[in-house]
Amino acid sequence: MSIMMELDRGCSNLREYGNEQSLLSKPDGSSTFVQGDTSILAGVYGPAEVKVSKEIYDRATVEVLIQPKMGLPGVRERAREQCARETCEAALLLTLHPRSSVTVILQVVHDDGSLPSCCLNATCMALMDAGLPMSHLFCSVTCAISKDGQIITDPTALQEKESRALLTFAIDSVEHNVLMSSTKGSFSLQELQRCIAISQRASEQIFQFYRESVKR
Amino acid sequence: MAAGFKTAEPLEYHRSFLKENCRPDGRELGEFRPTTLNTSSISTADGSALVKIGNTTVICGIKAELTVPPSDAPNRGYIVPNVDLPPLCSSKFRPGPPGEQAQAASQFIADVIESSDLINMEELCIEKSKLCWVLYCDIMCLDYDGNLLDACIIVLLAALKNAQLPEVTINKETDLAEADIQKKKPLKIHRHPVGSSFAVFDDSVILVDPTAEEESLSTALLTVVTDEEDRLCAVHKPGGTSLSGEKLQHCINRAITRNKEIRKLVDKVTESTKTAK
Repeated sequence: MSIMMELDRGCSNLREYGNEQSLLSKPDGSSTFVQGDTSILAGVYGPAEVKVSKEIYDRATVEVLIQPKMGLPGVRERAREQCARETCEAALLLTLHPRSSVTVILQVVHDDGSLPSCCLNATCMALMDAGLPMSHLFCSVTCAISKDGQIITDPTALQEKESRALLTFAIDSVEHNVLMSSTKGSFSLQELQRCIAISQRASEQIFQFYRESVKR
Repeated sequence: MAAGFKTAEPLEYHRSFLKENCRPDGRELGEFRPTTLNTSSISTADGSALVKIGNTTVICGIKAELTVPPSDAPNRGYIVPNVDLPPLCSSKFRPGPPGEQAQAASQFIADVIESSDLINMEELCIEKSKLCWVLYCDIMCLDYDGNLLDACIIVLLAALKNAQLPEVTINKETDLAEADIQKKKPLKIHRHPVGSSFAVFDDSVILVDPTAEEESLSTALLTVVTDEEDRLCAVHKPGGTSLSGEKLQHCINRAITRNKEIRKLVDKVTESTKTAK
C-alpha cells in the first residue's frame, strides 16, 4: 500500500512525503520512506539469533547498517549508524528480548538532502512494520540555516550546500523532546532553540503522517 | 565491602552517591577532572600535544605533507583527522580494523574542524591547482577513562597551535617545490573550539565529564562544542533518552564556561613553550 501525501505547508515547509510498508518478503519488517526526492529503503530482522560475542545477557543487541548508493560504507556511514542505533535502543523495549538481535539495514536509493532524517524515519516505520515493542515512536527533522539567517526545514541537497549550518534532530512522540542531535556548521544558541522549536512542530505533522500510513 | 557492592550492583552504587549530590571519585556533578596539557611531545612530528583529563590520556601528532589539491577545491589544502582506539587503552577495544566508536569519533572531529572554521584551508594552499599542504592529524588514545571527544578536540587544538610548517616555494625553472626547513612558520588558528561532554543518568541527572564507568551506565551522552565567540560548533547527541530544553540550555552554559578555562590552559602552555625557546 503506497501513500503519497502533501503535508500541510504551515510554518514548517516539509516536502511531499511518501511511505510504503511490508514491501519486502524476507525481512520481518520493511519500509520505504520518501521525502521529496530523497528515498530510503529499510529492512528489519528481529528478534533473531545473536553471535555469542555480541550478546547482552539482559537486552537485545541492536545493529544498524547503512549502505550508501555508491561504494562501500565509510566513516561517515559509521557515524550515522551510531546515531541511528542509539536512537533505536532508547525507543525499543530491549529488555523484552534478552540475548537476541535486532538488525536494521538501510539502503540509500536516492539522496536529495535531509538524508539522516529520512534514514531515521524509515527506521521507525520499519520497526513498526516488524511489530517490535517500542516505548515511543521517533521521527527526525533536518533544519538548514541559510547565510542570511533564515531557517529552512527539510532542505534539498542544493539548499544544504548553500546553508551555513545543518541541524538534524530526532524527536520522540510522547514528550516531544530531543532524542538525537547532530549538527554541522556553527550557529548561535538562539538559532539552536528556534530550530528545536520548529522541529518539534514539524514532528507533529510527521507523527500524524505515521498514523495515517499505518491505518491504511 | 564497597568493592563487592560496586561489582554486583554498579547502578545502585552510583545512585547512592548521586543522592548525596556527588560522585564516587569525590567530584561534584558539574565538576571536570583536572586537565593537564603538554606540547611538542613527539619530536619527529611537525606538531604534537598530549592531554590528560583525569585518567583519560590522548596524544596527537601532526604530519604535514605536500600534495596536489583536489579538483573540486583547487585553492584549498585539507586536514585529515584520524582517531585511533588501540587495545592498549582499554579492554573494550580489540585489535583489528577501527571499531564503530573510533570511526564515529574521527567523523565527529572532521565535522568540528569544518564547522568551527579552525584553520582557513585557503592558507594551506601554496599554488592553486598545483601544490597544497595536507595535515594528517593522528589522534591516539593511550588510556581510556571516558570523555574521549573532549580530549580529542583539546589535543588537536594544542597540536595545531604547536605545529610549525616550513616555507615552500616553487622553483620557476624546474617547477619543483623547495621546502626551506630553516624557516618555519606556525599555523594561523582562527577559532578555538572546545568541547564539553555530559552523561544523562536515569533520565534526570546530568553528570559533567563522565568516566568510563559512568558512560557505560548512562542513558544518554551529549557533547557540546563552543568557540570563543560563544557560538555553537556542534551539539552532538547520538541518540539515547530524551533531553528537555532547559537541561540542554544548562549544558550549553556549562560548555561556555569550560571553553574559557581550556583556552586559558592552551594559551598558558603555548606561551611557556615560546619563552622556553
